[in-house]
Amino acid sequence: MRQIALVTADPPVLDTGTTAWMLISASLVLLMTPALALFYGGMNRSKSVLNMLMMSFVAVGVVGVVYVLWGYSMSFSDNDLGGFISNPFTNFGLKDLITDASGATVLMDTGIPAIVFVGFQLTFAILTVALISGSLSDRVRFGTWLVFSAIWVTLVYFPLAHMVWGGGLLSPDGWFGGGSGDDAYGPIDFAGGTVVHINAGMAALVLAVLAGRRVGFGKVPMRPHNVPLTMLGAGLLWFGWFGFNAGSALAADGTAGLVWVNTTAATCAALLGWLLVERIRDGRPTSIGAASGVVAGLVAITPACAALTPIGSLVLGGVAGVLSALAVGLKYRFGYDDSLDVVGVHLVAGLWGTIAIGLLGADTGLFYGHGLRQLGIQTAVAAIALAYTGVLTLAIGTALKATMGWRIDEDDEVAGIDQAQHAESAYEMSTFAGGRIPRRPIAGDRAVTRDDEEVSV
Amino acid sequence: MKLITAIIKPFKLDDVKDALEAYGIAGMTVSEANGYGRQRGHSEVYRGAEYDVDLVPKVRIEVVVDDMDARSVVDVMVKSAQTGRIGDGKVWTVPVEDVTRVRTGEHGASAL
Repeated sequence: MRQIALVTADPPVLDTGTTAWMLISASLVLLMTPALALFYGGMNRSKSVLNMLMMSFVAVGVVGVVYVLWGYSMSFSDNDLGGFISNPFTNFGLKDLITDASGATVLMDTGIPAIVFVGFQLTFAILTVALISGSLSDRVRFGTWLVFSAIWVTLVYFPLAHMVWGGGLLSPDGWFGGGSGDDAYGPIDFAGGTVVHINAGMAALVLAVLAGRRVGFGKVPMRPHNVPLTMLGAGLLWFGWFGFNAGSALAADGTAGLVWVNTTAATCAALLGWLLVERIRDGRPTSIGAASGVVAGLVAITPACAALTPIGSLVLGGVAGVLSALAVGLKYRFGYDDSLDVVGVHLVAGLWGTIAIGLLGADTGLFYGHGLRQLGIQTAVAAIALAYTGVLTLAIGTALKATMGWRIDEDDEVAGIDQAQHAESAYEMSTFAGGRIPRRPIAGDRAVTRDDEEVSV
Repeated sequence: MKLITAIIKPFKLDDVKDALEAYGIAGMTVSEANGYGRQRGHSEVYRGAEYDVDLVPKVRIEVVVDDMDARSVVDVMVKSAQTGRIGDGKVWTVPVEDVTRVRTGEHGASAL
């Protein structure tokens, strides 16, 4: 993401073209969360699909509210606190971001209204939280997840967004920025490899371990109940991802165009990479594999999409597909139940994309004749993000385990979390299973007794 | 009277229906069924995790016929449901004490 600034020497002029593109991008990114819900939901069993969808939908609700109140302020306001976060009260409730004292729209230096940037960023925070839920399917108390969302986004996401994008410690203005001569560059996370995917993937891993395995994990078949739903979700995610990546150019320009093409190139290559692994390992290419390869490619190209050539993107994407396809088996090897492979897909592809910028970056990467500096910076930022997210998520998750508890009742889990937590079921195919309406007398209603006497009730 | 139950491959349903109609059987009950015989089912792979799906989708056809028709009806069913490959199914016959037509209350063979 380009560095943002609200104050420049020349007053910025409203750029309606870019503003239009940013509003569309924000809407596209918002679509990604319900798309993710479908992607995850299809891979669940039919008895727990609604809970999966709800974990994403409630992330929209909780994070959307928190973001308006203090989220933006903590991430991007001008009141930096030690490079770690911004003051949550500087722009609390989005004050001072709509119009200035003279009544003019507050503009950023790229010529878009600040409030449009707020909307765009809000959608990123929502998606990141929703991503985590994929490791927790079938078994987690809805209330605990809701409280976790609010605390985690405040203590983990907003600080990390500030550190990487808001001019903090992990941004080009922070610890790893500067250098001299040709080395005058810093960390690159264009659209969220660190802030979104490494962050969510690591949190998912910690919570999967904390919450424990689903009942019957590794013994009972837990087949995806609706593969077309998963493919529909993956397709919608891909569509929304154009707002995610190309929108992060914060302009409707050539960079956005390059990002669009790189995003597509990497994703296509990743799809094929995943299928190749399946063909060799399992004998057949699968639909779930194609959908997963798409997501792995999108994740991996996210941090790198403006720093690579299209050829570099093909390489990055292909490797991402192969790596993630191999990584999803890790949970069986290590025995943690990351139900829908958030670690294998988001953490692994996010790490690869972030680090690969040091190898494949057209201007700074090792493979393009440059030194090790970018590779070192990218690896360091990724490692710091892993540690930061890991430690804080463990603390929040442990505190919630001790107070509210993560797991639902074992019987409820076996019967299906949808019934227990939401009093709903997703599908009703049988005519008989509709049940009956509890009999409540209606005035003038007549009941017929066994002896055929009509009785008025 | 006899109850003949056939478990067959779902795509053979129309063939069996046509054959029974041609023989002169007026009605039948058809339901979806799942099961396996000697060959078991198949395996499916999702993200590298393999699942053995041992219950295979089948169709169950139930017909009640007069005693003298039973042998022929079984033959008609077997012939029309046969593919010669594994998993073609089974047909079995059990005695029926009585049949009552709900609409008229008729009993026995006249209720068929």
